[in-house]
Amino acid sequence: MSRTSLFVPLGVFLLIVGVGYAGFKLNDPHELPSALLDKPFPEFSAPLLADSGTVVDRTALLGKPVLVNVWATWCPTCKAEHEQLLRIRESTGLRMVGVNYKDDPAKARSWLRQLGDPYDFVVQDADGSLGVELGVYGAPESFLLDARGTIVYKRVGDINPRIWRDELAPALARLNGVAAGGKDE
Amino acid sequence: MARMSSVGGARTCATGAHASRPRTAAWLLATLQATLPATLLTTFLCVAGATVAWAAGPVDVYKFATPEEEVRYRALIDEFRCPKCLNTNLSGSDAPIAKDLRRTVHRLLTQEGLTDQQIRDYLRDRYGDFVLYDPPFRPGTWVLWLAPLVFVIIGVLVVWRLLRQPAAEPLSEQEIARLQSILEDQ
Repeated sequence: MSRTSLFVPLGVFLLIVGVGYAGFKLNDPHELPSALLDKPFPEFSAPLLADSGTVVDRTALLGKPVLVNVWATWCPTCKAEHEQLLRIRESTGLRMVGVNYKDDPAKARSWLRQLGDPYDFVVQDADGSLGVELGVYGAPESFLLDARGTIVYKRVGDINPRIWRDELAPALARLNGVAAGGKDE
Repeated sequence: MARMSSVGGARTCATGAHASRPRTAAWLLATLQATLPATLLTTFLCVAGATVAWAAGPVDVYKFATPEEEVRYRALIDEFRCPKCLNTNLSGSDAPIAKDLRRTVHRLLTQEGLTDQQIRDYLRDRYGDFVLYDPPFRPGTWVLWLAPLVFVIIGVLVVWRLLRQPAAEPLSEQEIARLQSILEDQ
């Protein structure tokens, strides 16, 4: 046994510590990387929550950046998120479209009446089929779209003040920067 | 802000709601301490639930035109992973999203007539590699695929070095005599 091999156990120990540290730093395993990032928002047609007789499709999302937020009244985190959405809406005027995911329309309508309505419009996804198109596997989830309907940012889970500050607001600023840059030319 | 549901993980496996998660180490420790019993219990319940689900299988009633279609359907839902429940396949999960995806697979297979590979691509386009238990070999997954090979090589090297060590030298006459006397004393 040479003297250096005495340090092998220490090396192994440090390796284990390193792997453990990296493991703790990793993101929540429940947060899947999005397959839809940088891809166009899928085609759909869905009835409005406010008026089940009116059906809208993908073109309703185009023209300006928009935050598509998947929510439901059965989802407790959505309620916490709702306040933040209202604040963002008020402070930035960001266009928001809700996807009412596997929910009861009557309950959803009264939810918006009670808690406030940050959305331009809300579409119903009663059976979760739009959710499948979007790769949604729970609520809340949110997608930021550019004016052409390309998904530039996705968030699985709630949009809280930290996510807004660290991720969503910068993503939105980049979008607006690109839009402003485009106009200058 | 309600932080009631911030434990995440096992508790939400059957509901379809994403829990909110502040992500600091201190928070993690405090939450672990405060919620360990509840987490253990819910984990146990989820595991027990999954076991029961595996034994019985969630019941969907679907029609198939041919027995072959049904065989393909069953093979596919066994193959895909439930996005919500991490360690369960579609056929074994009670999560609402697993039900939706089973319905989607059924629709694609029976109504749209997609091949197995097309159905795999369809789900992968939407949910990513995650839904495939069999991850593709590309830069992001090199570690995943090559780590076992590296460990095997390390193992072989260790065994090789151990085997190459020279055998111990035979005892001298003095040592034999000493050994003999020790053994006789016993």
